[in-house]
Amino acid sequence: MEFSRRDTLALGLGAAVLTVLPFRVNAAAEDAIAAFTGGADIAEGGVTLTAPEIAENGNTVPVAVEAEGASAILLLATGNPTPGVATFNFGELAGAHAASTRIRLAGTQDVVAIAKLADGSFAKASSTVKVTIGGCGG
Amino acid sequence: MISRRDFLQVSMAASALYGASGFGNWARLAAQQKLTQDQLLQFDTFGNVSLIHITDIHAQLKPIYFREPEINLGVGGAKGQVPHVTGADFRKMYGINDGSPTAYALTYNDFTSLAQAYGKVGGLDRVATVINSIRAERPDALLLDGGDTWHGSYTCYHTEGQDMVNVMNALKPDAMTFHWEFTLGGDRVREIVQDLPFAALGANIYDAEWDEPAEDFAPYKMFERGGVKIAVIGQAFPYMPIANPRWMFPEYSFGIRDERMQEVVDEVKAEGAELVVLLSHNGFDVDKKMASRVKGIDVILSGHTHDALPEPILVGETIIIASGSNGKFVSRVDLDVRDGRMMGFRHKLIPIFSDVIEPDKAVTAVIDEQRAPHETAMSEVIGKTDSLLYRRGNFNGTWDDLICDALLSERDADIAMSPGVRWGPSILPGQDITREDIWNVTSMTYGQAYRTEMTGEFIGVIMEDVADNLFNTDPYYQQGGDMVRIGGMGYKIDVSKPQGERISEMTLLKTGERIDPAKTYQVAGWASVNEGTEGPQIWDVVEAHIKKMGTVTVNPHDNVKVVGA
Repeated sequence: MEFSRRDTLALGLGAAVLTVLPFRVNAAAEDAIAAFTGGADIAEGGVTLTAPEIAENGNTVPVAVEAEGASAILLLATGNPTPGVATFNFGELAGAHAASTRIRLAGTQDVVAIAKLADGSFAKASSTVKVTIGGCGG
Repeated sequence: MISRRDFLQVSMAASALYGASGFGNWARLAAQQKLTQDQLLQFDTFGNVSLIHITDIHAQLKPIYFREPEINLGVGGAKGQVPHVTGADFRKMYGINDGSPTAYALTYNDFTSLAQAYGKVGGLDRVATVINSIRAERPDALLLDGGDTWHGSYTCYHTEGQDMVNVMNALKPDAMTFHWEFTLGGDRVREIVQDLPFAALGANIYDAEWDEPAEDFAPYKMFERGGVKIAVIGQAFPYMPIANPRWMFPEYSFGIRDERMQEVVDEVKAEGAELVVLLSHNGFDVDKKMASRVKGIDVILSGHTHDALPEPILVGETIIIASGSNGKFVSRVDLDVRDGRMMGFRHKLIPIFSDVIEPDKAVTAVIDEQRAPHETAMSEVIGKTDSLLYRRGNFNGTWDDLICDALLSERDADIAMSPGVRWGPSILPGQDITREDIWNVTSMTYGQAYRTEMTGEFIGVIMEDVADNLFNTDPYYQQGGDMVRIGGMGYKIDVSKPQGERISEMTLLKTGERIDPAKTYQVAGWASVNEGTEGPQIWDVVEAHIKKMGTVTVNPHDNVKVVGA
């Protein structure tokens, strides 16, 4: 098989994008965030996202979110073909502004939580979850 | 780590906390050929609490040789820091004389000749003598076992850990935590733990279904010693279901869980703990990071990564102690706890020179009793070695090269893979290789040697994946093993690069050709974490190979090129 100059370039680009992917939010995730925030600025802090550093089983990864006073928390698996996981809405009488669930991760990626806080501002937390093929411990 | 000089200054700067380590004196005495048991054990009892730490014994009941690593690279913030310092740099850092017993115990150089001069190390009957001597001075000293105890030998495999349970019970520990124990299977672990006459701890052992702390293991135990309320918290190996076969203990989940650790520390303090000790199987770099994130731990007794350090390191106001592996060392830590806080410490890493320390006869008898039914099978001589056989180090050791050679020839494969575990004693040139020796470096409950086809691309993915478990700059993403050992293939690794960019120049050695991502290769390996792996047991494969060879010679390998260190 021979590659034309054009094909080679395209391949090169594909490789470059692949290596960057785990470290940036993909387009679908960006759209979901924009829809949730309406394009408002997002601060760091104010949200607690609890996820394992390395998934024991990529098919069912326990994830928990908490943001005091939040009216809603958006949870995204940015590396999944469909990044949206859930939006948790909290009513005014909610005793705790926390939720936990299990999600499936297609591979190593950043899990992102964005909370709409009581004052209408947005806050974000993210965590890299590694999905490995397993190996050997000491 | 901080330098020795800085360490003392920092200790004093951190309020009244001060410390000392007593390894220097006996090293000098020993260099003058006067090493005695009394000198090895000499320790001016200090403060009001004593901790005795032993970890990662890997079922080594009898004295062995154990060569420390030549290559143990640190990345990111750990670069050039202990335990990622070896050989001459290590000796310089701690002021250890070349050729001294300390050099023999803690570094790899001239291993064969020093081993012949100073003899074997370890043996749990010698360890018992050390523990008894400490208890004679401080009767209520706490003995804490960091785990990886019920795994790693012929007798341990055949008794499903019972030999180790019986011998350890004779040493009377106060608490233990876990890793390889779980490869006996969840049922067997619970069966043993039910009758264990001491605490089985793991704050991070969770019920996998409910993601809640598992009921079978307590997170901590409170002790009152020397008038001090002491909380000992356990932390099992966080990555058990990833590094070892999850299907063997599907009911449990682990993880680092430092929020959980903070909760437990806060809880024990609320219960009045004046001293908080973490008995950890995290691995050294993970413990360093945990000490910086979880507030209120006074002492971390660190296990898993098999590091032996003659001085504690200090992170904030937490001291971290690393006590080696395979029964080679015991750490004694004396603490001065007053007014509800740790004011100072005195520490000694005691190497168990088995020719110098008198065995405890009662424990020797218990050990012999465990071994007796298996002695004939274990002691059978399979072959002999002309080369020093060792494993420990980031990349292939000579034991691994021999195991990979066995896989290549016995299983007729292009490429062999052997797990980068850190256990397994060494064999000196000229020594016989017995069946027991082979089991010491291969024994496990999932030892089937598989043979499978892999594409060049997939081999690359495996190499990158394992390399990231070792060289990720964030310790919380490290699993604490070494690089997968490879036979039949050469490669280059840049440890400074991120995942996906570390491995290059993968070459099939028998043809000298580069590995083709699209081509399929025959790969033989063992210790797969997948359920239902088929093949002969690895110890049988290695035994058949050594039998054919008669005398084995393992030439220095040069198939791994390391850059970026």
